[in-house]
Amino acid sequence: MYFSKKVLEQSPALKKKWEDEVKKTVARRSDQKERWSTVSDLEIKRIYGPEDIKDMDFERDVGYPGQFPYLRGNQVTGYRGQSWTFRMFAGMGSAKDTNERWHMLLKQGQTGLSTAFDFPTLMGYDTGDPHARGECGKCGVAIDTLEDFLQLVDKIPLDKITTSMTINPPASILWAMYCAAADIQGVPLTKIGGTIQNDMLKEFIAQKTFMCPPGPSVKLVSDTVEFGTKYVPKWNTISISGYHIREAGSTAVQELAFTLRDGIEYVDDVIKRKGLDVDSFAPRLSFFFNSHIDFFEEICKMRAARRIWSTVMRDRFKAKDPRSWWMRFHTQTAGCSLTAQQPYNNVVRTAVEALAAVLGGTQSLHTNSLDEVWCLPTEHAVEIALRTQQIIAEETGTANTIDPLAGSYFVESLTNEMEEKAWEYIEKIDAMGGMVAAIERGFPQMEISDAAYKYQRQLDAGEKVMVGVNKYATEEADEIPVLDIDDRVENEQMERLEAVRRKRDSKAVKRSLDDIKNACKKGENVMPHCIEAVKNLASLQEICDVYREVYGEYRDPAMY
Amino acid sequence: MGERKLRIMVAKPGLDGHDRGARVLARCFRDAGFEVIYTGCHQTPEQIAASAIQEDVDVVGLSCLSGAHRYLFPRVVELLKEQKAEDITVIGGGVIPDQDFQMLYDAGIKEIFTPGASLDSIVEWINTHIKLS
Repeated sequence: MYFSKKVLEQSPALKKKWEDEVKKTVARRSDQKERWSTVSDLEIKRIYGPEDIKDMDFERDVGYPGQFPYLRGNQVTGYRGQSWTFRMFAGMGSAKDTNERWHMLLKQGQTGLSTAFDFPTLMGYDTGDPHARGECGKCGVAIDTLEDFLQLVDKIPLDKITTSMTINPPASILWAMYCAAADIQGVPLTKIGGTIQNDMLKEFIAQKTFMCPPGPSVKLVSDTVEFGTKYVPKWNTISISGYHIREAGSTAVQELAFTLRDGIEYVDDVIKRKGLDVDSFAPRLSFFFNSHIDFFEEICKMRAARRIWSTVMRDRFKAKDPRSWWMRFHTQTAGCSLTAQQPYNNVVRTAVEALAAVLGGTQSLHTNSLDEVWCLPTEHAVEIALRTQQIIAEETGTANTIDPLAGSYFVESLTNEMEEKAWEYIEKIDAMGGMVAAIERGFPQMEISDAAYKYQRQLDAGEKVMVGVNKYATEEADEIPVLDIDDRVENEQMERLEAVRRKRDSKAVKRSLDDIKNACKKGENVMPHCIEAVKNLASLQEICDVYREVYGEYRDPAMY
Repeated sequence: MGERKLRIMVAKPGLDGHDRGARVLARCFRDAGFEVIYTGCHQTPEQIAASAIQEDVDVVGLSCLSGAHRYLFPRVVELLKEQKAEDITVIGGGVIPDQDFQMLYDAGIKEIFTPGASLDSIVEWINTHIKLS
């Protein structure tokens, strides 16, 4: 029992009295609307009280930071020992352009790097491939070969700065480039730290940067987990991501449930395919959540996530190392909550979302820039976004104490409710035979489609509000500076790639691509061969074409 | 004989996987009584033009959020023209900065819808501008 007997005895009578007053007041002046709900349409009561959380058990469900079930955080010192990492996602144009932006961010007090790649790189195509026309450098940085990569990390000390790379189907290749770059800088693999997103399941569910079918995609993920466990112990080999699931239109509960179920799928596969002990790799699994505009729903989602994951790891996978029970996660504020209209309002939205992420106990944070609805962020817009984090960390007092909302009737109750609903989804997907099977049936995809469509309809009906869009709209447009990636970047990048092709040892390239092919066919780990291949200046697409040839290509089933 | 239904293809050219808008619109068009063909992500302009002709659609709605619209949208119109299918109306949407509108109109894109456009306003535009023969 969460409360003393006395509280639970006193509360009902007091509550009844309050309810009577509410009835009288509402009779005189009705509420502004009948139903109040979160942005995910979870219905919220007018008030929460002790009876809503009376069945909680303090030791079992709450406790303290660093104690099972980690509701209140992993780190016993909270943000006092170490602030969350200020990690701004950045990448644009050429490797040189992005390297300059990185150095600017580090100078401004950023503490970790995070790489945005352009679409051809994300999808495993070289600049110049017919599929890639028009896309080079637009949404991130273009990387074709190790030469580009070395330019990207120029004068970045890889033994000191951790780098996150948002890369999925070609994750093994970009990570191989990172390992090769470390080698060239003279930094041993045991010293480098960072993250590759490398979460293929959410690609099929939401983000849609896929290449090979789900089965072999998961195999490649497990290869990286195995390689990291053995040789790159400080690397997070998967960032199991809810961010994109949410951006695709899911509810907060769906984001929570599908992300964690994806995590279960990876752990299962690594154990079964690689025969690794769960505690040897689980501590390096990391997560990535969205922080949307509904303040409390986000905080509760993150708190619930920690409690579910620790339970999954301890009870389902029998992990014994407490670090395997930890859910460590990065957060990004919600791009989909921002508006093209009245773009300066986006600074406010991002600040609220960032605050929620901090109160939810994130380990790392990206804050969106006000102009990201329109383009990759300008330098000025990025600076405001970074300062938003610094203001939260150093002015607001939010970081003074750990999990300050614990014990709130509402927060604990909503945390419990979201956890319960997430478990229902997890059990449903278990019953379908796991996430790969669920994806093949289109289950998570269609659940998200339903939620996205419902939300859009609510928006159009005015039941949900986006300020500046369906309420308080103005005729006058706020003009903001927009960053434009010159179409010339594409031609220059094609020339760079051609120059590399001319100078490299094509026999060595062929040999290393054959080695990768053999490893794929035999079910062996591709990572050592990938490192060899990128060192020989094989291009990203050349390696991806091997994957495509051996494993086949996945086509969007175009469900809606 | 009842009037035939309007046929619309929702397509995502290029490598962009941001398909939330396209999928929401596909559903909305279906609910509006159109016949909807959704081709999914990662289509080349060539594939889109070919499917549009094969499916004999009245309208192609292109969605792009990656910034590659300046190449991809005009290319679709060009390919339709080359294949004598200029009667197919091409409209577009996504993250399209104001300064690119004129260039896209000049290239033959008939209308552009950007974030914040309501579903009903898009359906209304189509009903007003597309005359079924």
